[in-house]
Amino acid sequence: MSLKQKTLDLKKRMQEVIQGGGTKAIEKQAAMGKMTARDRIIAILDPNSFHEYDLFVEHSAKDFDMDKKTLPGDGVVTGTGTLNGHPVCIYAQDFTVAGGSLGYMHAMKIAKIMDHAMKLKVPIIGINDSGGARIQEGVNSLAGYGEIFYRNTQASGVIPQISVILGPCAGGAVYSPALTDFVFVVDHISKMFITGPEVIKTVLGEEISMEELGGARVHAETTGNAHFFSASELDCFDQIKKLASFIPWNNEKKAESFPKKSPKTKLYNLDDEFPTDPKTPYDVRNIIRAICDDSDFFEVMELFAPNVVIGFARMDGKTVGFVANQPLVLAGVLDVDSSDKAARFVRYCDAFNIPLVTLVDLPGYLPGVDQEHAGVIRHGAKILYSFSEASVPKITVILRKAYGGGYIAMCSRHLRADFVFAWPTAEIAVMGPEGAANIIFRSEIMEAENPDEMRKQKVKEYKKKFANPYVAAAYGYVDAVIDPSDTRKFVVHALEISTNKSETRPNKKHGIPPF
Amino acid sequence: MIDMKKKILKVSVKRHKKGKEVVVKQKDNFVNFDIGGDEYRTTLSPKYIHRKPYFKSDPRQVLSFIPGTIQKIFVQVGDHVNIGDKLLILEAMKMKNILMATAEGTVKAIHAEVGVMVSNKQLLVEIE
Repeated sequence: MSLKQKTLDLKKRMQEVIQGGGTKAIEKQAAMGKMTARDRIIAILDPNSFHEYDLFVEHSAKDFDMDKKTLPGDGVVTGTGTLNGHPVCIYAQDFTVAGGSLGYMHAMKIAKIMDHAMKLKVPIIGINDSGGARIQEGVNSLAGYGEIFYRNTQASGVIPQISVILGPCAGGAVYSPALTDFVFVVDHISKMFITGPEVIKTVLGEEISMEELGGARVHAETTGNAHFFSASELDCFDQIKKLASFIPWNNEKKAESFPKKSPKTKLYNLDDEFPTDPKTPYDVRNIIRAICDDSDFFEVMELFAPNVVIGFARMDGKTVGFVANQPLVLAGVLDVDSSDKAARFVRYCDAFNIPLVTLVDLPGYLPGVDQEHAGVIRHGAKILYSFSEASVPKITVILRKAYGGGYIAMCSRHLRADFVFAWPTAEIAVMGPEGAANIIFRSEIMEAENPDEMRKQKVKEYKKKFANPYVAAAYGYVDAVIDPSDTRKFVVHALEISTNKSETRPNKKHGIPPF
Repeated sequence: MIDMKKKILKVSVKRHKKGKEVVVKQKDNFVNFDIGGDEYRTTLSPKYIHRKPYFKSDPRQVLSFIPGTIQKIFVQVGDHVNIGDKLLILEAMKMKNILMATAEGTVKAIHAEVGVMVSNKQLLVEIE
């Protein structure tokens, strides 16, 4: 055969594999509103940058007549390409081939591309669309999952790991996304659960639909398994590209700098946004927008535990991670979910050299039997742990309330914030004025002729004396009480002079955070 | 903890700014939320609204802990039981689970029959 003939033969072979599960299966995929594995990769990566490997890998199953079957690419597409101009490794499970089921060679393809990502120190993006373990392959299928989980754990905090759930992801398969940094879900397409509705019905007699059990919205709102929620696959891909613009390519690098831009002060104005009365709600995201570059705040986990807000933005062109209490929801309290959410984000930022800016306005931790029994002690401890542990530059701005344990937890000076600023509206105190006055002046109030009048007077006295930033400033716990309109100036300067911050930590294998 | 009477729909937050009134319209439902004796105006998250209320369990009421089938009943109404005595077998997930008395006393009522499916947290035996 001539070179031309050989090449033609190659092309024919490639064409066969690229067909995946065939026209019918592809049509079925499209009918569900789903793109094919290769199309998804191409849509995420920069145009013409995708290079596929292991196209001719075949499955290794022998039992149950599997040796007579061919599964093109063994149900997964792997390769490299660029995203926003930077190299990435990527894989996508192909639901059209045996339902994207995971056999040993399928897993080995994923493991190989993950090993590449680790060696090359570039992000790994995994697109999940699989019915689960390939039952015919038995323990080899389980071995495959284990190999992936191990690599996810080794890569954690070294390279960014992004999971995109674009179909079912059930049983053991869910633990790969759970081990990665960011999980993207799409409404009505993503489904994640350990045991499906059928098993639950047989065993427990409880009836629930797949969507209600583990649909995209459930994971974005209730479980906190997903970080980004979108209405369509294309919207999801835009979110991935945007996230990639904020994060560094590995833990030895810093995120890419962008030209600095001023906030859109006409749209987001502190004077308009901010109520000075600590009991009046406002949307803290607009405060972030009023101080960050181009008022562009990219929120993470928007729907889960909305009483704390986390996300990325830029200050003078450089990525920062914002953590802020949200007075609009549950008065901005810390509880089990919000502590979990903030703590993990802080650890992400610390692992990837992203400075932290914390905006404080909270009345404390959420009271309640459900919270106590759900373990608010150990979950709440996570936020203390992660802020104390973080060695990236830490800037804290106290906007209004900073009461009790909440004050300490929100990256206070005592947890080694590098700079603590407070607005003149800040109230740094052991608790709210009414609660405090009721305890401190209990006997005076009870013995007074007019207890209500006395209570009001005592609350007023307490407010005047303690509900301000100056007591904390007098002890040096606050570095500067600032004019709110100078916030951006102070934060940018603090970040700038903290560029070369280095802190030593006691030598240890690793800490034991209250997981 | 939450004064539901004060729950107002479509609240307008009015503030004075340099003499003129600024009206911020909010679509969400605001409540007064008590944290440590101070009340804050805020909204509630869906998860908070749907949280399970706490109820104290009564050791004299023996409930199923999983849906399943009653396979055997060891006691009769009027029997004296001690803590730890076998009451019945609840078969679920292919396991024969033995339910034991959680209080000492006399069996007052049995709400179970052999071969019948029961749901989770269903009252099976009452002791007095």
